[in-house]
Amino acid sequence: MSQTAQPKPVADERVKEMSSFRRSLIRPELGGICGTIAVFTFFLLFAHDSGMFNSQGIMNWSTVSAQFMIIAVGACLLMIAGEFDLSVGSMIGFAGMMIAIFSVTLGWPVWMAILISFVLCLAIGALNGFIVIKTGLPSFIVTLATLFILRGFTIYFPQLLENKTIIGGIRDQAEGDWLAPIFGGKILTGFFQWLGDNELIATFERGTRQGDPVVDGIPMLIIWAIVLVIFGHVLLTRTRFGNWIYASGGDAQAARYVGVPVNRVKVLMFMFTAFCACVFATCQVMEFGSAGADRGLLKEFEAIIAVVIGGALLTGGYGSVIGAALGALIFGVVQQGLFFAGVESSLFRVFLGVILLLAVILNTYIRRMITGER
Amino acid sequence: MNTRSAHEPIIQMKGIEKHFGSVIALAGVSLEVYPGECHCLLGDNGAGKSTFIKTMSGVHKPTKGQILFEGREMHFEDPRDAITAGIATVYQDLAMIPLMSVARNFFMGNEPTKKVAGVSFYDSETANRVTMEEMRQMGINLRGPDQAVGTLSGGERQTVAIARAVHFGAKVLILDEPTSALGVRQTANVLATVDKVRKQDIAVVFITHNVRHAMAVGDRFTVLNRGKTLGTAQRGQITPEELQDMMAGGQELVALEGSLGGTV
Repeated sequence: MSQTAQPKPVADERVKEMSSFRRSLIRPELGGICGTIAVFTFFLLFAHDSGMFNSQGIMNWSTVSAQFMIIAVGACLLMIAGEFDLSVGSMIGFAGMMIAIFSVTLGWPVWMAILISFVLCLAIGALNGFIVIKTGLPSFIVTLATLFILRGFTIYFPQLLENKTIIGGIRDQAEGDWLAPIFGGKILTGFFQWLGDNELIATFERGTRQGDPVVDGIPMLIIWAIVLVIFGHVLLTRTRFGNWIYASGGDAQAARYVGVPVNRVKVLMFMFTAFCACVFATCQVMEFGSAGADRGLLKEFEAIIAVVIGGALLTGGYGSVIGAALGALIFGVVQQGLFFAGVESSLFRVFLGVILLLAVILNTYIRRMITGER
Repeated sequence: MNTRSAHEPIIQMKGIEKHFGSVIALAGVSLEVYPGECHCLLGDNGAGKSTFIKTMSGVHKPTKGQILFEGREMHFEDPRDAITAGIATVYQDLAMIPLMSVARNFFMGNEPTKKVAGVSFYDSETANRVTMEEMRQMGINLRGPDQAVGTLSGGERQTVAIARAVHFGAKVLILDEPTSALGVRQTANVLATVDKVRKQDIAVVFITHNVRHAMAVGDRFTVLNRGKTLGTAQRGQITPEELQDMMAGGQELVALEGSLGGTV
């Protein structure tokens, strides 16, 4: 079976040569990278002496960014797989409330409350995906319905059981629990103590905690964000399942024809998004010690904005988890940075809108260069 | 090439019927395809060509009839079963995903993996190397394996899809109107690719409604009309005009044909 077609050394005269520098620059995350540099430059210039870049300040915006990152990773993979989940915000409120009801109202151990909430969230995520696949309806509509249903239950249950919409006292319940610290704890506390003792970071100057560092460790929330970003990135770019995610969102029918299990991929991504929402909710509940019926409001849009700033295509098939993480970082830094810079907080939305628009324009331009869309 | 297998059809479709509710899309179509031949399936829009090949490739299950592949009766549950057996289909506009790179498209659904510390990862090195090799053989110059399919021309996309099917061991290659949306030169490239594939002893089922494209590569021609076969002809036994007439409606249109002066 000798193929006579010889390799043609001549390049196609109509394909322009691209320098390797330009090629390495043109990637989906480029918009996110540019945005991150721009945002940090801006705040280094205008808020460098406001405390934004000391240990407390960094911890402040890192925590907020990490919150956005956790839900952005889920939203990103789902969007690349070609679907939306608008129920993320309600899911956060719902999961937090379930943990509170199970542990405080019903008095179950906190670890059991957390695990059951995760199972519930994954089941609801799977149901979202299942309905989308079976009915062929846009996920936008299906998850919009879930948004209202979950939010309704999140307000109804605590009122029915406790006659209030905020359930507190979870911190006391979580005392000595083995699972709670994985979401609400802090790590590297010894290292931060050492930094404080050596006067590398700020310490309390008086009061009962005199001598303790102001920032006493890295919250598990940030660790979850980093782990989820790495997991999402490796899954998407380094596994065959990642290729199926791209294929499912790029063209579901074409993917099906070559044997990609598109339905399974989509349902799993809905479940992963729900998982991320539940991680967010658990961290928040453990940090505050309470669950409120209005938690997670508008988070679905914040997640989608972070993902889009990060270079993902709204219609699926294209995007990057690293980009989404940078989008979340931009989001968090801008939100907290404006506060540090002493800017009127209502201007945050103006800022956000401008960044979103610029990022999307840049991303569209980059994507056209990569994919040859016209 | 292979005299033994040349006498045995690789795939036989016997009396295939397919009903969608009250609509009879196929009313008993039979067809045999031999290894190394290019079997052209012609027919006008709505003749049942698409339904027929979707039955062959496992997308639809036939309401009645038998599919024999290498002499054994097959019941395909989904396209995956057909692909595993060695029946690959290249669809006109659904062949490739433009947003994804050529390498990722090439291995879509068949990604090579390598184990690192017990976890299996996508082996991009192998994927990239094989893709570049295959593309070079097909005469397509890529900037790199990560070039997006969207930057390729329509003919190149069809060629990549055909190369993909052949690489993954297709014994029967079904091409669904591969040339209908292409320019003259791109069509020539795709037809040349079909010829290359046929010489590798692969059976090609070529669906088209363009008689000239069919005559250029076909060994045998089957015409479908209103869910039925109007017969199969060998190369040289039939003229392009006759084929065109059959496609245009067979016996029913003969009378009309006269008054139109053979311009259909």
